[in-house]
Amino acid sequence: MTTTTTLERRPAVVSLGAASRRSGRSQRARRKATPYLLLLPAFALYAIFTAYPVFRQFEISFFNWHIFPGASNPFVGWSNYTKIFDDPIVRTAVWNSFLWIVVTVPLQIAIGLFAAGTLADRLPASALWRAAIYIPVVTSPVVVAWVFSYLFASQGGIANSVLAVFTGHREAIDWTAQTWTGNMVMWLLTTWKGVGWSFIIFVAALDGVPRELLEAARIDGASEPRVWRSVVIPSLRAAITFVTVLLVIGAAQTFSQVYLVTSGGPYNSTQTLMSYMRQLAFINFSFGYAAALASLVALVLFGFSWAEIYVLRQQEL
Amino acid sequence: MAKPALSSTGLFGTRPKTRLRLAIALVLALLSVGPLIYMVILSFQSNNDIQGDTVLLPTHPTTSNYVVAWTENSFGHYFANSFLVAVATVVITVSLSSLAAFAFARYKFPGRELIFYSFLASLAIPPVLLIIPQFLLMDRLHLVDSLVGLVFLYVSANLPFMIFFLRGFFAAIPREYEEAFRLDGASTLRVIVRLIAPLSLPALALVSMFTFSMAWDEFPLALTMLNTPSHFTLPIGLSDFIGAHTTFWGPFFAGSVIATVPVVIVFVVTQRWSRRGISLGGLR
Repeated sequence: MTTTTTLERRPAVVSLGAASRRSGRSQRARRKATPYLLLLPAFALYAIFTAYPVFRQFEISFFNWHIFPGASNPFVGWSNYTKIFDDPIVRTAVWNSFLWIVVTVPLQIAIGLFAAGTLADRLPASALWRAAIYIPVVTSPVVVAWVFSYLFASQGGIANSVLAVFTGHREAIDWTAQTWTGNMVMWLLTTWKGVGWSFIIFVAALDGVPRELLEAARIDGASEPRVWRSVVIPSLRAAITFVTVLLVIGAAQTFSQVYLVTSGGPYNSTQTLMSYMRQLAFINFSFGYAAALASLVALVLFGFSWAEIYVLRQQEL
Repeated sequence: MAKPALSSTGLFGTRPKTRLRLAIALVLALLSVGPLIYMVILSFQSNNDIQGDTVLLPTHPTTSNYVVAWTENSFGHYFANSFLVAVATVVITVSLSSLAAFAFARYKFPGRELIFYSFLASLAIPPVLLIIPQFLLMDRLHLVDSLVGLVFLYVSANLPFMIFFLRGFFAAIPREYEEAFRLDGASTLRVIVRLIAPLSLPALALVSMFTFSMAWDEFPLALTMLNTPSHFTLPIGLSDFIGAHTTFWGPFFAGSVIATVPVVIVFVVTQRWSRRGISLGGLR
């Protein structure tokens, strides 16, 4: 449909070209300025509130920064950075953030892909299933954190009741007060809240799998698992890359769950990089040290995102 | 029963397996919505029921939790704050990202790549990461503890992805429509408002939904910037409430329902658009 309209409109384009050639220099200058004017408001906000803080944070990381008015902020060179490598809590936080990525990212991709594959073809009430699976994504992290805290509460929590019914284990477990069970509750809620996002992107990506390839493979007698392995998954590569990168970045910024569910405890054993960074800054008031930690994480994520842009660009060709 | 298509992309291929797939869909849907349904049930329970042993259905259903949350705990006020912040964020983000996306989709100009990739690179910066310099910046601009300041931060956090997303969508609109429009002497702004925007409604609806839910739910920035209770948004009000009296789960769950219903409504309203929006956008 669109193509025919395009062809019919051709003459109009030619006459427009002639018209613009006749126009004066001031109009050409205005045309040149147009894209910059269009970009200006967005770029200004972005530059002030996102780009500038990146550099500002790097600057602060070289000072022993105090936020109190009138306080002096001595320059301390790289010492905030060297401190990072001697800090045992940073080591715990790196480990926890790493686990967070390794556990929640593959789970979200696998379940999202499975759900998208199940719902891809015609199914009664598919809009309803889609909506239900996506709804956790739009809920507030505060609501979710406390609902899960309640589900796993030591008193009256549904998790302990279920456990008692199935295993006869009557002793109440205080899930969120221990390192491993606390981590598990937070991984579970992160996966629960995140699956819908990868699901919706895979649903859209499945729409874009070339029909001819699927038909050709099936006519050639390829088995269904084979069709998925050799046709569907390779066509989803761009989507899978995109989802992986954004989920990893998301997992690296984990803050709200930790702040709300375990507060990083017991004894900082469930801290992640961002929850520890914020605690350093706004509870311990070590702004310079926290800024150094944040800058280092930013650097790693930048490298990661550069790789993402590189990969996506290769695939666009 | 419809004949299975050879071009099926489903996990179960050319065999429809409708009943099995329906069962899986039902389980996934229940797991997704289950905790939220439980939250709704809890919001109608008395505090005694919530405190005691696990109960699935309230023995004495009550709406008093809602009354307590809305009046005594100023959830009405937080609701208004959240609503103002979210609507302002949506309006500004949608307008500014449309203008910028149009520039990237339609013009070749020096610095285009550089500006585009600098936007794109910021997708790697999670909002929490910049909390320290943003706090200091807000302090200098006298925007700490201000909802206006929060809107600025939310808009700038949302812009890059929305520009990236809309650019793909705008680029897919045939140029010829626009040129016919311009022959009548329409300005660029008019072209965007009168032609591009109406043609992109599904994408704009999606952008609005994403932005609204981000601004409505955002926690770490609001937690750091706001300190006067009368300026709290819903997430901060909720977390502050549970911190202050952990034993009042009833009103807390009522507040949670109040905080969840608007995003769900916004999502359901935009859902009918969302599939087309995503598949035509930059994500493919």
